Amino acid sequence: MAMIDKTTAMRDAIARIPDGASVMLGGFGVPGTPFCLIEELVRQGQKGLTIIKNDANETGMGVDWLLESGQVSKLVTSHIGLNPRAVKMMNAGEIEVEFAPQGILAERIRVAGAGVMGFVTDIGIGTDMAKGKVEVSVDGNVGLLEPALRADFALVHASKSDTFGNLVFSATARNFNPLIAMAADFTIAETETLLPAGEILPDEVHTPAPFVDQVVVMSSLPEVYGVVKR
Amino acid sequence: MSLNAKNRMLHRAAKEIAPGMIVNLGIGLPTRVANFLPKDFPVCLHSENGIAGIGPVAEDGAEDRNLIDAGGAYVTPVNGTSYFDSAVSFAIVRSGRLDLTMLGAFQVSAVGDLANWMIPGFFTPGAGGAIELAQKAHEVAVITTHTDKKGRPKIVQECSLPLTAKRCVSRIFTDLAVIDVTKEGLQLIEIAEGVTVEDIVKATDADLNLPVGEIPVF
Repeated sequence: MAMIDKTTAMRDAIARIPDGASVMLGGFGVPGTPFCLIEELVRQGQKGLTIIKNDANETGMGVDWLLESGQVSKLVTSHIGLNPRAVKMMNAGEIEVEFAPQGILAERIRVAGAGVMGFVTDIGIGTDMAKGKVEVSVDGNVGLLEPALRADFALVHASKSDTFGNLVFSATARNFNPLIAMAADFTIAETETLLPAGEILPDEVHTPAPFVDQVVVMSSLPEVYGVVKR
Repeated sequence: MSLNAKNRMLHRAAKEIAPGMIVNLGIGLPTRVANFLPKDFPVCLHSENGIAGIGPVAEDGAEDRNLIDAGGAYVTPVNGTSYFDSAVSFAIVRSGRLDLTMLGAFQVSAVGDLANWMIPGFFTPGAGGAIELAQKAHEVAVITTHTDKKGRPKIVQECSLPLTAKRCVSRIFTDLAVIDVTKEGLQLIEIAEGVTVEDIVKATDADLNLPVGEIPVF
């Protein structure tokens, strides 16, 4: 048996995304953010996007490029404090921002990827975070219903991929990447290194290839992926 | 707050960390508590972005671009470090694996309510991981200046700001005092060097039970 080759040109992979799509992005700060895929999305200019990402990056990076180019209509996130443009656009009503506690955002994505409709949690009970959420009783304990969060597309950054799309992440660049890879209708992974199928040991795989639709090989590692000097 | 007062507070807070604990230090001042732990102290520091076992901050030029803590500092691994995704990271938090978290605060109430993520109209960046940390760590300690930049008390009878979590804080470390949240209310247990009980009462906008006899100084 042989595995298919999912490698695709950057331009063709991103061209599948239509205006108005919901797009999940990996990354917690710089590590794991798929900057090359985002840059191509900015170049192609799809509009009215719903972006789902842990954070809004910082000025001049990743999500900030999409905000600057006016491609984002909604942001689903846990924290945007390091991106003044995101805060300003939210306050001016130029984008809609939906906040979730970080682990709740992760779990909503995880259960979507697991084919589950939602989950019940006591996180946020008794605070403003509970407003508008459905209360559910489980074994006599009251919790909040958190619906699964799916997207049309997931853009993932991997340190290694094989041609079939088995992915390996590096250190804290893993973060939301394996979760969003499972939770989208179409998952595109950019990879720093491409290997022939069989070169990543089965036990070493973080995201199994059945979750990955296309693999884009990065031709270089742009400076934005490097260490941020503060 | 003078550098001395800040360091004294952080040094005192570091003593709260017992050998073998799994601990999450919040962004900002709490993260700096780690600098006051003895070298090779046996503690597992967790960060929300997917690491358990944080070592010292990386030296200039030796940073790993893929290895940061939740505050964005380039850190190093230690023997025994593990990396994991964000769902696993918060499984650690919500399932009660954290013995202790130390967090910053805008306000702490007399019953241990914590407000530390939002000032309506001024500061609305989203809560990040604070809600789950505050609600689920076995012990929640707050590290904060006793008053804000305008001199207003941060320890208050009731929080006026949106809550991060209710009744979660058990101990408060400030530049002036260590205060416990007990069933009987706030209890002053230690005071900083050079500070009087009157200073603390004046800077606190909540009922404060004072100890009987001599108060330990830190």
